Parts: sequence; structure tokens; C-alpha cells
Amino acid sequence: MHHGAPLREFMGLTFNLGNIMMITIASAVVFIIAVLATRKLAMKPTGMQNILEWVMDFVKGIINSSMDWKDGGRFHLLALTLIMYIFVSNMLGLPFSITYNGELWWKSPTADPAITLTLSLMVLALTHFFGIKAKGAGGYGREFLKPFWIMSPIKIVEEFANALTLGLRLYGNIYAGEILLSLLVGTLAAGSWAGKFAAIIPTVAWQGFSIFIGGIQAFIFCMLSMVYMAHKVSRDH
Amino acid sequence: MLSNSLVLGASTGFNSGDMIYQLIAFIILLLLLKKFAWGPLMGIMKEREEHIANEIESAEQSRTEAKKLLEEQRNLLKEARNDAQGLIESAKKQGDVQREEIIAAARAESERIKQSAKVEIEQQKEQAVAAIREQVASLSVLIASKVIEKELSAEDQEKLINEYIQEAGEER
Repeated sequence: MHHGAPLREFMGLTFNLGNIMMITIASAVVFIIAVLATRKLAMKPTGMQNILEWVMDFVKGIINSSMDWKDGGRFHLLALTLIMYIFVSNMLGLPFSITYNGELWWKSPTADPAITLTLSLMVLALTHFFGIKAKGAGGYGREFLKPFWIMSPIKIVEEFANALTLGLRLYGNIYAGEILLSLLVGTLAAGSWAGKFAAIIPTVAWQGFSIFIGGIQAFIFCMLSMVYMAHKVSRDH
Repeated sequence: MLSNSLVLGASTGFNSGDMIYQLIAFIILLLLLKKFAWGPLMGIMKEREEHIANEIESAEQSRTEAKKLLEEQRNLLKEARNDAQGLIESAKKQGDVQREEIIAAARAESERIKQSAKVEIEQQKEQAVAAIREQVASLSVLIASKVIEKELSAEDQEKLINEYIQEAGEER
């Protein structure tokens, strides 16, 4: 059950080609879904357009729950892309995983800490950027001294903790789900006929649950991103 | 071996290349989606919002307009009803007046006709009397001549005249 990764060195950087492939596929899937859904736009929405409009309003609701639309409106597209990309990524690893020459190629891209941390660091970097943009460097700096100057070390640690927990929560949930799936399929079902039979019910149940977790985690990631953003951008905090 | 694979990142390692690739891929995805999907979708949603707002506004406008027209029509109807009532009233009055006039004229006419008839009757009577007188005169002359012829006595003559006068009166 332990697979190697298709690691390749290129220009001094290490690339996991499995991740590269899955990132590309996830991005492509999101792009294709979005473009197909917005192919024939109508005033009276039907089918896919309805779904995407629902997602759009859903994300709008997430942003509205954490900050003013006046402040948060510009993050709409970011949050929308985040939730779609993470959801699709979480789903990709569920139906199967592909190993080739003992190297794991097909999996959820979000089952890799490097990728989830990239996303969370990107979000956190954006919160700092927009925080400075909204309040100026002085106002942004003063936030670290509130409510008492002595709290500032905790505040600074909080920023790193936020980035870490945001990324690792997603990674942990998805990776654990895939580990359990590969345990069920790879060890229990790989044995006798009885084992295969016994593995069906828990596998089905866990796959269903993983779909639920994948959706929930995409929602949480998006939600927390917007909450962190609101902390930095909103004036009334 | 199992525990080793569950350690953070142990199965794949922590790859700097993936991170850069993910970042770039995400940004590209964001930009592409903005251009090809979210932009148009947001546009149509906004358009729909405006459309609905416009529809509501125009509906409200037409409602107030309809209300105004209804009020106008109501007033017009009322006016027409009043006019009709007035017309009937005046027609009635005029009819009354005309009736009175006609009756008065008829009365006057009948009076006139009666009068003229009376006058004519009177004239006829007078004419008749005159004619009788003339006849009486000539008859008396005739009688007188006859009496003279027969050489009647004065007594007989008077008797004869009275007879004739009576005869003439009866004839008439």
C-alpha cells in the first residue's frame, strides 16, 4: 500500500509528476465544467447554469456572513474558484487511484500537504496584501497590537497557525480518506473472496462519507479563507 | 512501513516544484474562469437583476397609470350620467310647455271658429229677415193690387193681409 511518488528533478526543483498531472486535470475539469455551464447563458436559467448560479449565490452567502459585501465583493471570484477547485480535487481521488511502476499517479491533489499549504499560504498572503491595501501599513501594523500590545506575539503566531491549520486540515481529511479507502480496497479486498465480499459495504459507506467530507472541507476552506480575509479587511474589528 | 507512510508528507515528500506549479495553475485557472465563465455568468445575473428591477418599476408605473385612468373614466361616467339626467329633465319641461302652448292655441282657435260661426249665423239671419221684408213688401203690394181689383172692403183687406203674413211666416 505504500507507493513511491514519480519524483523528477528539474531546474533544481523537485516535481511530483503525479501531483502536476492531477493539478492540471483538476483545473481542467473545473474549467470545463464552468465553461460548459456558461455556454448558453439565458435570462431564464436552465440546467447547468442554474447549478452554477446556485454555487455563486452560495459563495456570496459565505462572504456576506463574514463581511460587508462592499468589502468582500472583490473576493467573490477568488472564493468561487477556490471552492470549485478544492471540491473537484477532493472528488478526483475517490473513484480510484492509479499506480504505474509502483509510483502513485492518480490521487486527489489535495491529499498532498504541499498543495494544500500552497493554497492556504496563497490565501493568507492575499489577506495580508488586502489588509495593507485597506488600512494602510500603519493600520495594518496596529492590528497586531490590539487589544493589548502584550498580545502581539500571539497575534503573530496566529498568522502562521492560521496558514498551517487551513492547509493541513484539508490535507488531513482528504489524505485520511484516501488512506482508508486504499486500506479497504488494497488489503481487505485483495485477499480472499470473503475479504472482497466483506470490503464492499465499508468501502461504499466510506466513499459516500468521503464525498460528504470533500464537500464540507471545500466549504470550510472557502469559509475560513473569507473569515481571515474579513479579519484583515474589515474596519469594525 | 505503514506508520512510515502515514507520517506527514512521508509518502510523497515536500516538493517545492509542486508548490510553484500549484500556485501558477491556480492563478491561471482563476484568470481563465474570470474571463470565460464567471464574468459572463455574473453579467447575466446582473442583467437579470436589472431586468427584474425594471419590470417591477414598469409594473408599478402601469398600475398607477391604470388607477388614474380608472378615476378619469369614473368621473366621465358620472358626468355623462348627470348630463343625461339634465337632458331628460329639460326635455320633460319643454314637453310640458309645448303641451300647454298647443292646448292654448287649440282653445283660441276653437274660440275664434265659434265666434266667426256666430257672426255668420247672425248675418244669415239678418239677410233672411231682410229678404222676408222685401217679399212682404212686394206681397203686400201684390195683395193691395188684387184687393183693389176685387174692390174689397177695408175689413176684408186687413183680414187678407194678416192671412198672407201668416202664410209667409209658416212657409219660412
